[in-house]
Amino acid sequence: MNPASEAVLASEVWKFHGDFPALRGVSVSADRGTCLALLGRNGAGKTTLLRILAGLSTPSRGTVRILGTAPRLPMTRARAGYLGHGIGIYDELTARENLLHFARLYGVKNRDAAVSKWLERVDLKRVEDGRVREFSRGMRQRLAIARAFVHNPDVLLLDEPFTSLDDRAIALLQNLLRDAFARGCTAVLSTHQLREALELATHVALLDRGKLKFSGLRTQAMLDAPPSIYSEMETGG
Amino acid sequence: MSTMSTRQKLVYGLGATGTLLLIWNLYRVLLVLPDEMQQGAIYRIIYFHVPAAFVGWTLFLAALVASALYLWNKNLALDGFAASAIEVGWVFCSINLVTGMIWARIIWGIWWTWDPRLTSMFICWLLYGGYLVLRGAIDDAGQRATVSAVLAIFAFADVPIVFMAIRWWRTQHPSPVLETGGLAPEMRLPFWLNVFVFLLIGLAITLLRLDQEDTKRELEGLRRHAHAHAI
Amino acid sequence: MRGVWTVARKDLQSELRSKEAINASVSFALVILLIFSFAFEPTADETRAISGGLLWIAFAFAGALILNRSFARELQNDCLEAVIASPVAGWELFLGKAFGSFLLLFGVELICLPVFGIFYGINLTKTLWPLLLILVLGTWALTALGVTFAALTVNIRLRELMLPLLLYPALSPALMASMTLTTSLLTTGSFGTNNQPWIRLLIGFDVIFTSLALALIEFVLVL
Repeated sequence: MNPASEAVLASEVWKFHGDFPALRGVSVSADRGTCLALLGRNGAGKTTLLRILAGLSTPSRGTVRILGTAPRLPMTRARAGYLGHGIGIYDELTARENLLHFARLYGVKNRDAAVSKWLERVDLKRVEDGRVREFSRGMRQRLAIARAFVHNPDVLLLDEPFTSLDDRAIALLQNLLRDAFARGCTAVLSTHQLREALELATHVALLDRGKLKFSGLRTQAMLDAPPSIYSEMETGG
Repeated sequence: MSTMSTRQKLVYGLGATGTLLLIWNLYRVLLVLPDEMQQGAIYRIIYFHVPAAFVGWTLFLAALVASALYLWNKNLALDGFAASAIEVGWVFCSINLVTGMIWARIIWGIWWTWDPRLTSMFICWLLYGGYLVLRGAIDDAGQRATVSAVLAIFAFADVPIVFMAIRWWRTQHPSPVLETGGLAPEMRLPFWLNVFVFLLIGLAITLLRLDQEDTKRELEGLRRHAHAHAI
Repeated sequence: MRGVWTVARKDLQSELRSKEAINASVSFALVILLIFSFAFEPTADETRAISGGLLWIAFAFAGALILNRSFARELQNDCLEAVIASPVAGWELFLGKAFGSFLLLFGVELICLPVFGIFYGINLTKTLWPLLLILVLGTWALTALGVTFAALTVNIRLRELMLPLLLYPALSPALMASMTLTTSLLTTGSFGTNNQPWIRLLIGFDVIFTSLALALIEFVLVL
């Protein structure tokens, strides 16, 4: 594996909450243009790992590199897009204002054009001047997706992005991700929605109670019978 | 005796020494020394009122250093020490306030006189009391430690400003002041001895409290382990 | 610095759109001014003597409302996380929020001043510029320290109770200075030669606590 091509690298990462280890010596990596699916039960450490990759939290031990630089540096954060459990958009602003705000935070050139383009792509252009407070759940989710993509990130970090999305939003996100991969973007996404995620994933990693239990290519067998991969991976299949 | 850890031996040692010296000093202060001219018997309260403040500030200073170090290297033992020191220091502040109020009652006939030092101490008592309440409201050990450390730094930075401000306020709005004045020669030894004694006892209790903090952290960690393995 | 302005602009935009916090603060401050007039039955001289204290009590409580709203909005929908994940630095986020809250609270104060002058029969125009200076310095102390403590308590149970509990004791020297200087301006028309130390204290307070906040805020936001 050529180190220069690793877009996301976590090496021997430990994270302690007090004396409790949420992550224990986890090492994962993802090359440019690949999609890594993080699997595991609740409490396995997927969210903790993603937050560290996004620069929201610092590891107790170990190193993390996004596109070769530390995640907390502004230049790294400018090239990464994060979609966490919360949708991260302001209820009292309009759709357009929300995207403009984040475009400003990310230093996007030609803000207005970029915002218009992404509003089109998530099919919210008609309601761009509506307050988010009045949006339906599906519309908010699509706006949240637009927020994560508005600065054309090279690395996408998505925490259970398909959870509670309606079908339309799921299809939209899958299309956006495929386009992103074609451009050479990298994604790390955690998920319970095995089917939707495995369709996109090129690699999978399984976390259990903070430890990495399995990592490798996503196989056709996994795609055919998603729930079986848990038992397969645990037996080293 | 051999089953006790070094820290426990230290605690018992400090505590025993402090207590013995305290008893000896109490005997001297209460029975041997004569009354002060103007204030009578109540003057003896200075031997407790002022040393309590000294020890309180010393512990807060120690907590400041521990907090700053914690932010630098994230060692939770430092957070435990800062919390213990502030808790014990806060108790000594309370002692200072209560003895001050008793003194004011006897000398001036009123419980509270807005004396500059008492007022400043009261504000600091509120500040550090807030620190203790804040710690109780956060469950996550790492977050609790970081937030507490930042607050401890702000609190200690505020202390000299509070004292300065209240002093100016009181020079513009004078009111009864508790005179501590100078110490006659025969008073100096018992006074400084009491400072030393309070320090010993304060340190002993802080270390005891530190033990509790360590155990609590261990328990929290074990509980999380148990939950994680139970799913 | 661009980040500072972006954050402040968004806060002002949000607040001016809904005006929830402004309305609540102005109402609250006016009610305090009103209630005090019942409590004291002031003559003009008495009013002048308590004017500084009265105004700053009203401003301090109104300020807490604005500060609480400022971070409450970030918590909804986990927006704070989205902002911390962006390239904006911790100090930019702090300054942006502090400026936003400062401008909002200053606006509330500008509304309250003439009302105070009318209710209590005090002419404020003679000492307007020095009064505005004290308002700026005192309000900055409130918002800088307030935003810091709000950031400290943002993820905590009893958040709305903890903020005033921590803020007011810590703020007391700045409040004392502001009250003394305001009273002096409204009674004697000048700062007064005895009061020079208070101005220095207020400026010193602002400088020290803003610097501390800028230095330490990153620890609080990225855990």
